[in-house]
Amino acid sequence: MQHCADGGRMREYHYTGPVEHKFSPYAFNGGTVLAIAGDDFALVASDTRLSEGYSIHSRDSPKCYKLTDTTVLGCTGFHGDCLTLTKIIDARLKMYKHANNKGMTSGAIAAMLSTILYGRRFFPYYVYNIVGGLDEEGRGAVYSFDPVGSYQRDSYKAGGSASAMLQPLLDNQIGYKNMENVEHAPLSLDKAVQLVRDVFISAAERDVYTGDALKISIITKEGVREETVPLRKD
Amino acid sequence: VDMALSNVLELPASGFNFENSARNAVLEDVLGDGKTKTPKPMKTGTTIAGVVYKDGVVLGADTRATSSEVVADKMCAKIHYIAPNIYCCGAGTAADTEKTTDLLSSNLTIFSMNSSRNPRVIMAVSILQDMLFRYHGQIGAFLILGGVDFTGSHLYSVGPYGSVNEVPYLAMGSGDHAAMGILEDGFKPRLELDEAKTLVCSAIHAGIMSDLGSGSNVDLCVITRQGVDYIRPYQESEFKDQRQGRYKYKPGTTPILRENVEPVEVEVMQETVQKMDTA
Repeated sequence: MQHCADGGRMREYHYTGPVEHKFSPYAFNGGTVLAIAGDDFALVASDTRLSEGYSIHSRDSPKCYKLTDTTVLGCTGFHGDCLTLTKIIDARLKMYKHANNKGMTSGAIAAMLSTILYGRRFFPYYVYNIVGGLDEEGRGAVYSFDPVGSYQRDSYKAGGSASAMLQPLLDNQIGYKNMENVEHAPLSLDKAVQLVRDVFISAAERDVYTGDALKISIITKEGVREETVPLRKD
Repeated sequence: VDMALSNVLELPASGFNFENSARNAVLEDVLGDGKTKTPKPMKTGTTIAGVVYKDGVVLGADTRATSSEVVADKMCAKIHYIAPNIYCCGAGTAADTEKTTDLLSSNLTIFSMNSSRNPRVIMAVSILQDMLFRYHGQIGAFLILGGVDFTGSHLYSVGPYGSVNEVPYLAMGSGDHAAMGILEDGFKPRLELDEAKTLVCSAIHAGIMSDLGSGSNVDLCVITRQGVDYIRPYQESEFKDQRQGRYKYKPGTTPILRENVEPVEVEVMQETVQKMDTA
């Protein structure tokens, strides 16, 4: 034991033994995802920046994955888990198709994703998922998840690092919350796309993990169409 | 009789001054109950650089200040005035760099008034080093000091523990690796003014693009024997956001629930008229 003088007071220091350094199996790779459901369309948008700490791994790593002609999955969080999860979902989609002779609907995919995520309840996939697509009646559907599989159907949802900045803006512009004497016009595809562009420009201004480019997947009964919009690169 | 000179920092009694460390530890316990955390100071997460060229010194900095991964200020000024011939770039905790450089500047102003001279760069460095060492690294100020005095052009780095290096080119902050790469490649002794400005600008730009903690515009400061050229911004960020929607709210969007008008009663107590000479 050593004694150290510190302004007249004596303090005892002793060797506590070997210190354990923890290895973390997770990393946070940033990114923001947004999905909006309309009357006959759905939008899933994400930025394309992949980062870790203060560095950028890639400026072109979109977070939207096309699952079927009517469903797109957006996932952010730990990129390793995102990749594995999408591989597993693709395999399960094929298995379902072979067993049931039809493709999975958006609702079915959402329910399946919930069970896949809960299956790893005690070592979760560090992924924030949002499923966007058309339901059986052709109306837009958005399902948002937490990392362990709790989900619900929404009309719009933002997830990922800038979600706290986007969600209130969407609540106001799409949900007409906190406003009165405003006409509740139904959301058209053009207005939704314009809103998504503007909202991501704002997110890129204030969130360091969001930027580079924005990829919007537009799902209509014609199929899935993609649009790319540049964002701040700094 | 030994009197404290007015142009010298007052030195404390002896050793390290840890008056507040006990209080901080108690506060940490009280506030850190798992739910609340002690407030994180705003860091600048920066890229700053400096280069000595033929006739003086060029300092550069980005303009983004972050507060744990959210951009707090898109146009903050990181090149601080110390003296007419000395400027300082600051990285680390924003409040620390601000206050330290302000304190230094005040002290050097008092010295200038006392001795009718411009301060030397080495004086600024010594005062900074003394203060930061005394605080044992608790003041998170990573500084690049640059200036020109009669002994020549100087560029110094000062770390939060009080370490000092005099160097011909330098980068600090979270984007220092990116900036240093550019400086190592492009620096040579006795650069011309335009070459030096381009070099520093490219170095900061590399930091802005590669580092998430740095962004927005590039500020430059050129210091020579003749004077100072503070260029803010030297280069604006290329991205011009073009929002297509108009997000204006008509009056009545936020409803007025109740209106209460209360007239303020005033009584005239005294009246004085003062004539103004307009001749």
